[in-house]
Amino acid sequence: MSATTAHSIVEASPRAKTVAGAIVILYALITILPLLWICATAFKSQSDAISYPPKLLFTPTLEGFVDLFTVQTRQPPDFIAKLPPAKSWYEKLARERGMVIAGPSPVVGRFVNSLIVGFGSTILATLLGTLAAYGFSRFRVPLADDLLFFILSTRMMPPIAVAVPIYLMYRWLNLYDTQIGLILLYSAVNVSLAVWLLKGFIDEIPREYEEAALVDGYTRLQAFRKVVLPQAATGIAATAIFCLIFSWNEYAFALLLTSANAQTMPPFIPFIIGEGGQNWPAVAAATTLFLTPIVFVTILLRKHLLRGITFGAVRR
Amino acid sequence: MTAADEPGTLVERIAAQTPPHVAARVRGLSDRSIAWLFIAPTILLLLAINIFPLVWAIRLSFTSFMSNMPMPMRFNGIDNYIDILADEDVWQHFQATAHFVVSTIALQVVIGLGLALLINRQFRGHSFWTTVILLPMMLSPAVVGNFWTLLFQPQIGPFNYLISFFTGAPPSSFTMIGDVRLAPWTIVLVNTWMWTPYVMLICLAGLRSIPDYIYEAAEVDRASPWRQFWAITLPMVLPFLMLAVLFQAIQAFEMFDLVNLLTSGGPGSVTELVSITLKRSAFEKWETGYSSALAVILFVTVFGAANIYVKALNRVKQR
Repeated sequence: MSATTAHSIVEASPRAKTVAGAIVILYALITILPLLWICATAFKSQSDAISYPPKLLFTPTLEGFVDLFTVQTRQPPDFIAKLPPAKSWYEKLARERGMVIAGPSPVVGRFVNSLIVGFGSTILATLLGTLAAYGFSRFRVPLADDLLFFILSTRMMPPIAVAVPIYLMYRWLNLYDTQIGLILLYSAVNVSLAVWLLKGFIDEIPREYEEAALVDGYTRLQAFRKVVLPQAATGIAATAIFCLIFSWNEYAFALLLTSANAQTMPPFIPFIIGEGGQNWPAVAAATTLFLTPIVFVTILLRKHLLRGITFGAVRR
Repeated sequence: MTAADEPGTLVERIAAQTPPHVAARVRGLSDRSIAWLFIAPTILLLLAINIFPLVWAIRLSFTSFMSNMPMPMRFNGIDNYIDILADEDVWQHFQATAHFVVSTIALQVVIGLGLALLINRQFRGHSFWTTVILLPMMLSPAVVGNFWTLLFQPQIGPFNYLISFFTGAPPSSFTMIGDVRLAPWTIVLVNTWMWTPYVMLICLAGLRSIPDYIYEAAEVDRASPWRQFWAITLPMVLPFLMLAVLFQAIQAFEMFDLVNLLTSGGPGSVTELVSITLKRSAFEKWETGYSSALAVILFVTVFGAANIYVKALNRVKQR
């Protein structure tokens, strides 16, 4: 940088920066508008959610969340008047609209399924991926490049294309509509990502660390456990989160391979219906609860995002 | 001679000099067995859950099997393939898919690269706004696609309301999802909204990989900013951009979740992409043999196109 110019030739002028900033911020605001609308709808009453023109200002209510977590029936006012007084705030909220709570809704089970399948497949895929990545990174494996390409290519398969035989296979093995079936399937999809990402991370750990440990009398396995794993911890965590996001968001397999028992949230949310069509506040409440963890995780993952979405091809 | 010139690492050389039985006692498992022990489970899982079904699908594609009927499997040669390739409807679905892929990729490239160029000017707060822009691509396409149907409602949806606010057209005069002319663009719009950040993020990495001194040299040569863009920026970003296009094209070609919930192929079948056709024939009509053949065609197309593309990508990288 020369002393005569205030900024480097490469750096943009202040005015160029302001213009760039304004355009990018405008785009960012437009792009998150749909997400903000989902959040807002979660706190609207049914009539506010479907009012014309669309309402920007409204009195927030938790009706959507109550509808989401309970099954309700409409009852005549004199029937409700005869009931014992409502015990909880949510019962009161339902009764104000002429509804009586009949019991909890299946949404909790779906949420639990999403968590079990998500964490189960993440743990399995990350575990297998870490081992395989270490194997490929540190040992001379015959045909290593071909095997790595094979692992990557399994990810290129259109999910719908393999769904038919997997469906038949799962029927036959009694894995249809089970959590373990989905866990195995998601692990298989995720393990290719895990191997590629983790191989990149482990390649970056200097071999000398392990060699020092081996010279000190550690076995290979001890060196792997006590030297490599702690060094790769960040990479493993980032990989695990990518696997978790995939499993959490996956729709096609969950739709085709589960029904009442092991169904996860994505195929369930579109079927949250109230009286006469979709109950939009309840759908929005479910969507908000479902998406919020991902928003936080994205912020946490910022640094590794690029690597994750390109299978480690771009590392910055 | 330094250690780096020797074949293998220090440890491998020591290991080679140690008699095998001593090595086994001292170091536990041998390296070779550890390598296979570590890699085999992954390969086995992929063979069981990915390759076995694929082989099965290829086999089924030569039969007239219907999985909801208790009849035995009957081979009918390449009848399914002939049926598919002779079916005009299938060609239309392929056309709809091609329209979707090409339009959404074009938009993603233009907007994504544009945003990356702007963000690369490093205005204040750029990293915060970058994260905001990235959010859509991390979310579940199915869950978000489902919600877009509310946003697109002609009367009550905010999308039509905003459009009418800016153009003056009455909000109920058009339906993004129900109109035969608009629906193909609706799925392009939502997919572009969702995946432009992906292209942007990769382009941004490309821009950051360009060393400053190249621009400084161009400045000394008095190259105009326009010329700098075409002669430096674009060629340097191109391998990154092509990688992003590869991933996104595969993604768009296999698109199922977002479109299934947004339009489920309608109105009529104008947004019926190939994977939706596949799902319908496999899981609604239960034509297992026929749908397996379609799956094989889909897979061969993706794999073949991706392979050709990767070759082109490598050529660009080597330049």
